[in-house]
Amino acid sequence: MTIARTVGIGLLTMCGLACGADYVALPGGRFVSVLPQGSVPTATVPVEIAPFAMRATPVTAGEYLAFVRAHPEWQRTRAPVVFADKRYLIDWRSATELADDGAAMRPQTSVSWFAAKAFCDSEGARLPSWLEWEYAAAADETRRDARADPAWRRRILAWYERPTAAVMPNVGGTPNAYGVRDLHGLVWEWVDDFNALFIAGDSRTQGDPDTLKFCGAGAINVIDRDSYAVLMRIALLSSLGASDTTSSLGFRCARPLDGAPP
Amino acid sequence: MMNPTPRLSRRNALLLLATAAAYLPIAARAAAPGELPGDSIYQYRPPLTDQDGHGFDIASLRGGPVLVSMFYSSCEMVCPMIFETLQLTLKALPAIDRERVRVLMVSFDPARDSVAVLKAKAEAHHCDARWTLARTDDASARKLAALLGVQYRRLASGEFNHSSTIELLDADGRIAARTGTLAAVDPALLKRLRTALPARG
Repeated sequence: MTIARTVGIGLLTMCGLACGADYVALPGGRFVSVLPQGSVPTATVPVEIAPFAMRATPVTAGEYLAFVRAHPEWQRTRAPVVFADKRYLIDWRSATELADDGAAMRPQTSVSWFAAKAFCDSEGARLPSWLEWEYAAAADETRRDARADPAWRRRILAWYERPTAAVMPNVGGTPNAYGVRDLHGLVWEWVDDFNALFIAGDSRTQGDPDTLKFCGAGAINVIDRDSYAVLMRIALLSSLGASDTTSSLGFRCARPLDGAPP
Repeated sequence: MMNPTPRLSRRNALLLLATAAAYLPIAARAAAPGELPGDSIYQYRPPLTDQDGHGFDIASLRGGPVLVSMFYSSCEMVCPMIFETLQLTLKALPAIDRERVRVLMVSFDPARDSVAVLKAKAEAHHCDARWTLARTDDASARKLAALLGVQYRRLASGEFNHSSTIELLDADGRIAARTGTLAAVDPALLKRLRTALPARG
């Protein structure tokens, strides 16, 4: 039984930050993203990821219900459509009831970026940045960066080939080297800077009048085209609007390690 | 009264028409007086500061059409073209209509775009009282951009990649049109802007 599973929903309604969710510390450090981070859009430079903490699992439906009870303005009948589209929490039985009795430990999906941000705010946290998410998701069970291993790449890619289950499995998959679970294989996840992830596929857009839509060095080029699984994440996130919700898109929160501001 | 036609002075008639013009479009479009529609951008009120250093409530723009864009001052290529496009769009309207359009430009570079920088930018582009150049904090800029559908990312150099669009908000703050056309007037945007203007008396 995972730690997350032992956290009661009742407990969460009583205390948000301190005893609510299970956060795991990640040390950060130098990291090479699949997206270029330097001034030259075709070459990448390692970036420094500051130490941070991340929820060990995606936010569950049970946790989201507790949030909605404490913040009724985020009920699906009350949230303005500019913040959450018409399919927000669509699987719930009502504005304050989950889909069914077995739903509490499933990841909450059908949540907009604004709603996910509000949830994280409510526990003194925020959404992870794309770089933080990518850095955490580069690990497998034993290695902090397993991305060069073709066998691991095939394994995470296999999830994207499976049709979405009719009923979402519970959170609590095998922890990776940092102790973070379900980064691959369960749901897509919002990141705070989702609207920074626009992509130009290659240099064929050079000279295209469309490049005028982008100021500066143009849109992002992708460095590591073999990281299909991660690239699919970026493609999905870059296609979304902030009020959009989908049945396979959830989220988890991140926060600085003790002492630093969120 | 002997005469069935009410005898209004020309001045009073004009005043009445002006009053009707000012209130009718809002009353006709809004769900209830004072109540903001759920799809209004003004549901979100970021802590903005304008080019004069005053706090600026985005919802104070309610009641008339607004052209909105996001930018950063040290941008040398596309951002000046956004200013130019906005000027051209305003010039394409008759003077009397031009006065009733507001322009809001919000920076997504609060670290460098101080009030003084915004002020200098407004003067360099001959922005009159209809224009508000505003700054906010990073998180609020990201939220406003998300609402407007603007994408941007900070590069290691301190420059930004960003989409360059102009959004037209209607009297209630709903996105009525969007254009990616730069350095020229987008006819579709201009047409929608004309219909977003309260009827003239």
